[in-house]
Amino acid sequence: MGQETPLLSLQNISKDFYGTVVLQDVSFDVKPGEIIGLVGENGAGKTTLMRILFGMPVIRETGGFKGKICIDGQEVSFTSPFDALDAGIGMSHQEFSLIPGFTTTENIVLNRESMKNSPLNDVFGDRMSILDRMDMRKRAEGSIVKLGVKLDPDMLVSEMPVGHKQFTEIAREINREKTRLLVLDEPTAVLTETEAEVLIRALRQLAAQGISIIFISHRLHEIIEVADRVVVLRDGVIVKDTPTEGVTVRDIASWMVGRHVATERVDEAHRYFEEIILSVKHLWVDQPGETVRDVSFQVHKGEIFGIGGLAGQGKLGIPNGIMGLFPGGGEVLLHGKPAPLNDPRTALQMGMAFVSEDRRGVGLLLDETLEWNIAFTAMQIQNKYLKNFGIFKIRDESAMKKLTEEYMDILHIKCTGPKQQAKELSGGNQQKICLAKAFAIRPDVLFVSEPTRGIDIGAKKLVLDALHKYNRDFGMTIVMVSSELEELRAICDRIAIVDEGRIAGTLPPTAELAEFGLLMAGERSAKSEEALSA
Amino acid sequence: MSGKMTPGRFLRENAVIIIFIIITLAAIQPSGLSLTYIVQELLTRLGRNSFLVLALLIPIYAGMGLNFGMTLGAMAGQIGLIFAINYNITGVNGLLFAVLASMPLAILMGYICGVVLNNAKGREMVTGFILAFFMDGIYQFFVLYTLGYAVPMKNPAIVLSRGYGIRNTLNLDIVRQSLDTWWMLKIGPFSLPMASYLVIVVLCLFIVWFKKTKMGQDMRAVGHDMAVANSSGIPVNRTRIIAIIISTVFACIGQVIFLQNMGNMATYGAHTQTAFFAVAAILVGGASVKKASLANVFVGVVLLHALFVVTPNAGQKVFGQAMIGEYFRQFIGYGVIALSLVLYAWRSRKEAERQREGLRGGTAAAAQGGAK
Amino acid sequence: MRSFKQIVTDFGWPRIIIFLFLVLLFLMPPFAKVTGIERLAGVASISIPASFSDVFNRFGQNAVFVLALVPMIQSGCGLNFGLSLGILSGLLGATLSMQFNLHGAAGFFGGLVLASPFAVLFGGAYGMLLNKVKGEEMTIAMYVGFASVFFMSIMWLLLPYTHPDMVWGFAGKGLRTTISVENYWIHILNNFLAIPGGDVTLSPMGVKTYEFLFPTGELLFVALTAFLMWLFMRTKTGTAMTAVGSNPDYARAGGISVDKMRLVSVIISTFLGAAGILVYEQSFGFIQLYTAPLAMPFSAIAAILIGGASVNKASMVNVLIGTFLFQGLLTMAPSVINSTINSDLSEVVRIIVSQGIIIYALTRKTKVTK
Repeated sequence: MGQETPLLSLQNISKDFYGTVVLQDVSFDVKPGEIIGLVGENGAGKTTLMRILFGMPVIRETGGFKGKICIDGQEVSFTSPFDALDAGIGMSHQEFSLIPGFTTTENIVLNRESMKNSPLNDVFGDRMSILDRMDMRKRAEGSIVKLGVKLDPDMLVSEMPVGHKQFTEIAREINREKTRLLVLDEPTAVLTETEAEVLIRALRQLAAQGISIIFISHRLHEIIEVADRVVVLRDGVIVKDTPTEGVTVRDIASWMVGRHVATERVDEAHRYFEEIILSVKHLWVDQPGETVRDVSFQVHKGEIFGIGGLAGQGKLGIPNGIMGLFPGGGEVLLHGKPAPLNDPRTALQMGMAFVSEDRRGVGLLLDETLEWNIAFTAMQIQNKYLKNFGIFKIRDESAMKKLTEEYMDILHIKCTGPKQQAKELSGGNQQKICLAKAFAIRPDVLFVSEPTRGIDIGAKKLVLDALHKYNRDFGMTIVMVSSELEELRAICDRIAIVDEGRIAGTLPPTAELAEFGLLMAGERSAKSEEALSA
Repeated sequence: MSGKMTPGRFLRENAVIIIFIIITLAAIQPSGLSLTYIVQELLTRLGRNSFLVLALLIPIYAGMGLNFGMTLGAMAGQIGLIFAINYNITGVNGLLFAVLASMPLAILMGYICGVVLNNAKGREMVTGFILAFFMDGIYQFFVLYTLGYAVPMKNPAIVLSRGYGIRNTLNLDIVRQSLDTWWMLKIGPFSLPMASYLVIVVLCLFIVWFKKTKMGQDMRAVGHDMAVANSSGIPVNRTRIIAIIISTVFACIGQVIFLQNMGNMATYGAHTQTAFFAVAAILVGGASVKKASLANVFVGVVLLHALFVVTPNAGQKVFGQAMIGEYFRQFIGYGVIALSLVLYAWRSRKEAERQREGLRGGTAAAAQGGAK
Repeated sequence: MRSFKQIVTDFGWPRIIIFLFLVLLFLMPPFAKVTGIERLAGVASISIPASFSDVFNRFGQNAVFVLALVPMIQSGCGLNFGLSLGILSGLLGATLSMQFNLHGAAGFFGGLVLASPFAVLFGGAYGMLLNKVKGEEMTIAMYVGFASVFFMSIMWLLLPYTHPDMVWGFAGKGLRTTISVENYWIHILNNFLAIPGGDVTLSPMGVKTYEFLFPTGELLFVALTAFLMWLFMRTKTGTAMTAVGSNPDYARAGGISVDKMRLVSVIISTFLGAAGILVYEQSFGFIQLYTAPLAMPFSAIAAILIGGASVNKASMVNVLIGTFLFQGLLTMAPSVINSTINSDLSEVVRIIVSQGIIIYALTRKTKVTK
C-alpha cells in the first residue's frame, strides 16, 4: 500500500435506525483514479452508506451517524447533498434525475448554465442574466468527449434510448469542474449488453483521467471487469475488501450471501408433493421497476414456494401480475383452469389471495378501522359479513367485530380494539392485518410479497410462524416472494431466483449459498438445473 | 411525437380552431354586420385584450397551468384607477399613475397567490379560481366599506351618496382611450391604436427575452419536473412564486389598458370575467395547460373575439332572442376551457400509458397482452 | 387517546373561528335588539322566533344539496363543483312537471320522477368523463358545470315549453327567469305537519302568517334522505365506494372496479342535486332558471367543509352541522350585522367565509395517509 492520501476515507461508520443497526464500523478508502466495486444484497447497507456520504437530511433526522468521513485527509461534515457536490462528489441514481423535455445540453448543465450579464442583473440579481447557449453546448460537448461516448447534444432526453439517458446523467456529474469522485448506483441495470460495455469503457477512461468511482452493481462480472477493488457489504458490515485481481464471480457471490449463523429450518424433513395446483407459463408483467419478462413455473398443492432475487429484477411483479394489479400477459392455470390476468376480482374468486409488499399503499385502508381492513375483501368477494334485507345488504358490524377479534387473538395483533384505525398500528401489526385479510377469504393459494419487510425481529418470527402454521394446519399453498434469502430458506420447499425478469434457476432450500448468490448475480449456473431435477 | 402530419391528425389537433372559424364564418351572414365593422372591432379588441392574455404565459411555462388567480392583478389595477380618478389625474398620466400606484398591491397579491398555490400543488387551477372569488370578497370590503370611510376620498362624484364606498359604475372619461388615441394610425377605413400595440409588442419582447434568461430556464425546468429541478438546486417554490407575481403584475397593467379602452368601469364586476376571457382566448388559440406561445395568444384573441362580435347579432336575427348570443358566448368560453382541460388530462394519461407499453415484456406472450 | 391539541389541528383553526363567529351571531340578537333600539331608532329589531324559523327553513331548503356532495367525496372524486348538472336535471323535472300541469304532491314528486332520467343521463356522462381525467376532477367539474348552465340557458329559451305560467307573456315562448310555483307545489313539504307559533298576522286576503313556523315536512324529508344515504353507505356497494375513496389501490386489489364505483357515486350525487333543487324551490316558492344555478354548488361545498368534511372524507354529521352553521350564518348575519353596525357587510362576510373555507380545504395537505 502506497502512502498517498486517499481521496475519500470512510472511517468506522456506524448507523442505526431507532435501534436497528444498519451499518457497523464500516471503513474503506478510495484513492484518486481508483474504481471501487461495492456489492451487497438488498438491505446490506449500501444505500444508507451512500446517504451518509451525501449528507442526506434523512440521516440527520434519524439521529445522525457515528464515525468520520475524510476527503483529502480532512474531516468533512455535509449537511445537504449540495455540500457533497461542492466537495466534488457526484452521484448518478438508479432513477434518472433528468428533465425529459430538455436537451442533452440543458440537462448536463442544469442549474449551472453559462450566463452573459444583462443590465437587469444589478436590480434583480444573477437570475436575470441571459443564457449563453453556445458556451453551454461547448461545455456539454466537453463532458461527452471526456466520457468518450456518442451523444447528440441537441437531442431531447424524452426521445433518447435509455442508455443515452444514463450517459447524460453521468456526463452531468463530470461536467462539474470539481467532480473527483463519482458514485454510480446500478448504472448498468437498464442497459443492454453493448451499452454496458460502452459504459464500462467510459468509466475506465474517466478513471485514467484521475476521477475515482464507486460502482454499485449486482452484475458481478462487471465488477470484476471494471473495478480495481471490490468491497462486499453484508448486514451492515464489510466482510471483504480486496483487489479484484484473481477474484472470481463465485467468490464474490458467496461473500455476498454467506451467513454467520446457519439458517435454522423449522423442519428439515424433505416433503414430497404430487398434485400441481398453480401453473404459470410465459408470464410478463408491466410493473414499473419490477418488470417481469418471461416467467414460467409450477407450484404443488400444499407447498411453500419461494421466489427470491435482488430488488428491481422482477420478483415482485410475479404475484402482482397474477393477481391482476399490474397489466400482464401469458398463461396462468389454477387447478388446471385458466385464471384470467388483469382481473383482480376473478383471481380472488377463484381462490387466490395476495398480501402485497406495498403494505401502506395497497395492503391497507389506513384511515379505516381494523374491522374494515380485515373483512373488506371477504365481504366484497364472498358476500360474508353482510346482513341480508332482501333487496339490499347491510354490513354486519358484529360479525366483522367477531372476525377481527378472532384474528387479533390468533396473530397476536397489538391494538386497542377492532375499531382502531389501521394507520395507528406498528409495521409488524399492520402486516398481520394484511395477513388476516388474506386468511379471511380462505384461499387455496396465498401469495405473500416481502412479508417481513420493515418490521422488527419479533414480529418477523410471528409472521413466518403464522405462514408456516396455515400451510401445515390448513394445507394452504403459499407462494412467498422475499428479498431475504434467509427467511426463504427457513420455510420454503423450493426457491426460484429471479434475475432480469426471468427465473434464473430453482434450488432446494438446502442448496449451497454460493449457488443462490450466482443466480442472483445473473451468472446462470448449470448446476441449478441439475439441482432442480435432483 | 414528431410524426407525419396527416390530414386526420391536423384536423384532430386543430379541432377547436377549425370549429371556431366555421361557426364565425357561418354567423357573419345572418349577423348583418359589415366586414369593415368586424375587422375594426377586432383591431380594437386586439389592443384591448392581448395584454391580459399575455399575462397567462409565464405561469404556463412554470408548469402552474392557467393562472385563474390573475383576477387578483385585475383588482389591483382597478384600485389604481379608482385613485387616479379620485386625484383627477388625466390622460396617459392617469394610467401611469394607476399602474404605479397599484404595482405594490399587485406584487403583494401575486405573492399571496403564489404562496397559496404552492400549498395546493397539483390543483393550482381550481385553487386559483376560488382564490379569485375569495379576494373578490376582500376587494368588495375594501372598496365598498373602507374607501371614503377609513381612507378619505377627494372626489365626491365617485363616492356613494351614503358617504363611503365607491359607486357601482366608475366613469373613466378623464383617462378614456388616452393610450389608444395617443398615436392612432388611420389606414383606409380602419384606425389602429398604435400606442397600445406598442405596449403589447414591448411585453412580447420582454417575454421572448425572459425565456432566454436563467430565470426563464429555471421556470421551464420547474415546469417540466419539480423534483429534478429541486435536486439540482433550483429553488422551486420561490421560482413558482416569482412566476405568479410577474403574471399578476401584468394582469394589473393589462386591466388598466382594458378599462381605458372601455371608458367606464363596473366597480364590482369588471374583474370577475377577466381570467375567464383571457383563459378562453389562449386555449382557443391552441395553447394547452402546459404549452403556450405568443402565436396562441394572438390567434386566440382574434378567433374568440370574432365569434363574440358576430354571435349576439346572429342570435338575435336567427332566433329572435338577443340573450341567446350572450349565453352562447359564455357557453363557448366555458365549454372551450372544459374541453381543453379534458383533452389535456386525457392525452397525458394516454401518453403515460404509451410510454409504458415500450417497457413491456419481450416475449411471444406480449402480443396477446395487447388485447386487454 | 387524542390530545385536545390534536383534535384542534384536525378540525382546523379556520373552522373553529367560523364556529365561534356563528355562536356569537346566535347570541347577538337579544343584545342587538336592545342596542339597536337604543342607538339606531328606526332600524327594525330582530324577532328571535322569526330568525329561528328562518334558520330551520333554510336548513331544510339546502341540506339535500349538501348531502349530494357526500357520495363523490367518499369515492375520491373530490368536491362536486359540477353539482349544477344535478340542479339542471331538477330544473328540467320541475319545469316539465309544470308543463304537464301537475299540482300539489303530484307536482313535486312528479317533478322528481321526471328529473330522474335526466339525472341518470347527465350524471352518467359526467361520471364517465371524470373517470377519464382522474386527478383533475375538481377543475374540470367546475367548468363542465359552468358550460352546462349556459348551454341549458340557451335551451330554456329554445325548448318548446308552452304553459302560460312559465313562458314570457309577450313572446309566448322561452321560459321566464323566475317562475312562481305558488299555485302548484309551493311549501308542499314545509307545510306538511308544520308547527306554527309566535304572533299571527292576518293578511287582507285572509291568509294567516305565523312569526314562527317549524317546517316539519321539509325536515322529515331531509331526515329521510339522510337516513337513506347513511343506510347506503353501510351496504356492500357503499362500503366498496368508501374504500375506493380511502385507497383506490386497496379497493382494486380487493376486486372492486374503481371506475364503476366512482360512476355510481357521481350518478347518486347528480340525482340528489336534482332532488335538492326541488326541495329548495318548494320552500323558496320560485323556479329560478338561467344563471341561477351557477353559484349553488359553492354554497353547498362551503357548508359541508364548515361541517368538518375534507376533500376526501365526509359524514352525515358534517352535512347536518355544516348546513346548520352555514345557513345560520347566512340568515343571522344580515340582520345582526345590519342592526349592530348599521351596514350591509353580510354579503362580503358570506363571500369571505364560504370561499375562504374552500381554499382552506384545498390547500390542506390531503388527509389520506401514505
